[in-house]
Amino acid sequence: MKKLKYIFIACALGMTGCATTAPEDLFQVAETSLQDRQMQSRFFETDNELELLSAGVAVLQDMGYSIDETETKSGVITASKTVDATNNAQIAGAVLLAVLGGGNMSIDSQQQIKVSFVTLPSKNNKNGYLARATFQRIVINTQGQETKVETMKTEELYNEFFTKLSKSVFLEAQQI
Amino acid sequence: MSTLKIAFFAACLTLITGCATTHDARILGADNQVESRSMQTRSFDTSDRTIVIRNVISTLQDLSFVIDKADTDLGTVSATRLYKGNKVRMTVTARPSSTKKSTIVRANAQYNLKPIENPKIYQDFFTSLSKSLFLSANAVE
Repeated sequence: MKKLKYIFIACALGMTGCATTAPEDLFQVAETSLQDRQMQSRFFETDNELELLSAGVAVLQDMGYSIDETETKSGVITASKTVDATNNAQIAGAVLLAVLGGGNMSIDSQQQIKVSFVTLPSKNNKNGYLARATFQRIVINTQGQETKVETMKTEELYNEFFTKLSKSVFLEAQQI
Repeated sequence: MSTLKIAFFAACLTLITGCATTHDARILGADNQVESRSMQTRSFDTSDRTIVIRNVISTLQDLSFVIDKADTDLGTVSATRLYKGNKVRMTVTARPSSTKKSTIVRANAQYNLKPIENPKIYQDFFTSLSKSLFLSANAVE
């Protein structure tokens, strides 16, 4: 029996092994890449890239982000914020577990969100610029562990972002 | 039983030390500069660095990266991708070639705690970049 235990530990050790290496297809363009691009981009009919960028800054500020970096020559703004990540379902689960006599369950406590906003002269239409936003987040639980490390790809998020942006820039955001 | 125990711990120890690289390699990088430079570098037949940087940025966005920093004058872009619980960090630089007729692009990336050393991964990046630029990616000698 004791022998078995050692074999088990050895197997577990073997499985964890060294740090993971990058998968081969890491930089292969995903099948959803075009849809993602359409979801994350809008076309604005304007010849003033700076105006579009500063509208981006204004919207990000409206949404409570602080600006980390700006680069006007290639049209890049990056911004971030750390906010609460608790959700009621998880709290209810933790409470239920505690009531049933279970241990201390950790729940998501905060999330670091980062966004980059990029403007690009449109290749198809010379009279305007494309704006593309990408969001990502790291969710940390009450024990300080990372529970979610992901790119945010929900359509509503981007729709709302661009609705706010078009109000700020007084231009209509057009689907690409 | 105790012999088995000692043997087991010795095996564990070799397993652990086997993984670790030397201290210097982790801080100063592995000793394969020429090899890594050639897989991380391509040349594009354009002298317009801004166009290259803008296309680098949009290629990175296509690959789900979020841009951290960009400097067009210096020609550097840094970006992070969060991918299924893993962190990929990448820096791309674009500099003019000695003849000033082409732009040399170098990309280097790190996956969690390890540098990416698989040429195919870089090849995929340059393939996407060259499609976006409508220019072919040439090897740099």
